[in-house]
Amino acid sequence: MTDAHPTPDSARLLVINQPGHIDRAQDQIVAAAERHHYPKASIFALRLSLQEAVSNAFRHGHKDLPPSTPVAIEYDVADARIRVAIQDQGPGFDPSSVPDPTLETNLEIPSGRGLFLMKAYMESLTYNASGNRLEMVYRHPGHEPN
Amino acid sequence: MPPADSRIRVKRQDNITQVEFVDRNILDEANIQMIGEDISRLIDAEQNPKLVISFANVEHLSSAALGTLITINNRIRTRSGQLRLANIDPQIYEVFVITRLNKLFQIHESVDDAVKSLA
Repeated sequence: MTDAHPTPDSARLLVINQPGHIDRAQDQIVAAAERHHYPKASIFALRLSLQEAVSNAFRHGHKDLPPSTPVAIEYDVADARIRVAIQDQGPGFDPSSVPDPTLETNLEIPSGRGLFLMKAYMESLTYNASGNRLEMVYRHPGHEPN
Repeated sequence: MPPADSRIRVKRQDNITQVEFVDRNILDEANIQMIGEDISRLIDAEQNPKLVISFANVEHLSSAALGTLITINNRIRTRSGQLRLANIDPQIYEVFVITRLNKLFQIHESVDDAVKSLA
């Protein structure tokens, strides 16, 4: 993992698909959220969503790329909200093409729940036009939207 | 029994296999794959396997872990066995509710309750 512009609460990280890399990036963002007094439930939501976003980037976005190809994570943690963007170097995808995993016919399919969980836990998820950059926003439960 | 570096602990009692996780976070895909393989070996070693998986130590899990649980459930069914989940933290239980997997799995408050349901 490299840290191009380290600051306590915002940074751009590059992670590769190796044990420990994703964990360290998660730990850094979670530490920033804890400094801003996000509660345990928020930390749970944040860690889960980070894991799903980065896993999807490597598993789907980088499936035809060398394992050393990095995924970029930009984060900005403030008292009222956390913003995280994950960008892979793959061709992108159409998020609307992902089937609803909670349909009876899909319940026993082992994959396809990551995006659904991120939508459930984050305030917003936004993909760029090509579908290889995801920006997610989490609002502190004690702060009302402006 | 799983290998020494396994991420699960296994206990066998009255023809019921009880599994618990070593790690608090079940997030890493390589670890989850290893966990799936270790549990699959336990299932394949028995006729009509009865398995209880305890989440007592678990604080975080990912959709990959849910996928492995579904694969385990499907494997147990093909061997006419039974699977129970137990000791799930409320935040993790919410993940099961959001994904409606609480409808697919039989989930119990405690390992004891889960074991009794298999008796």
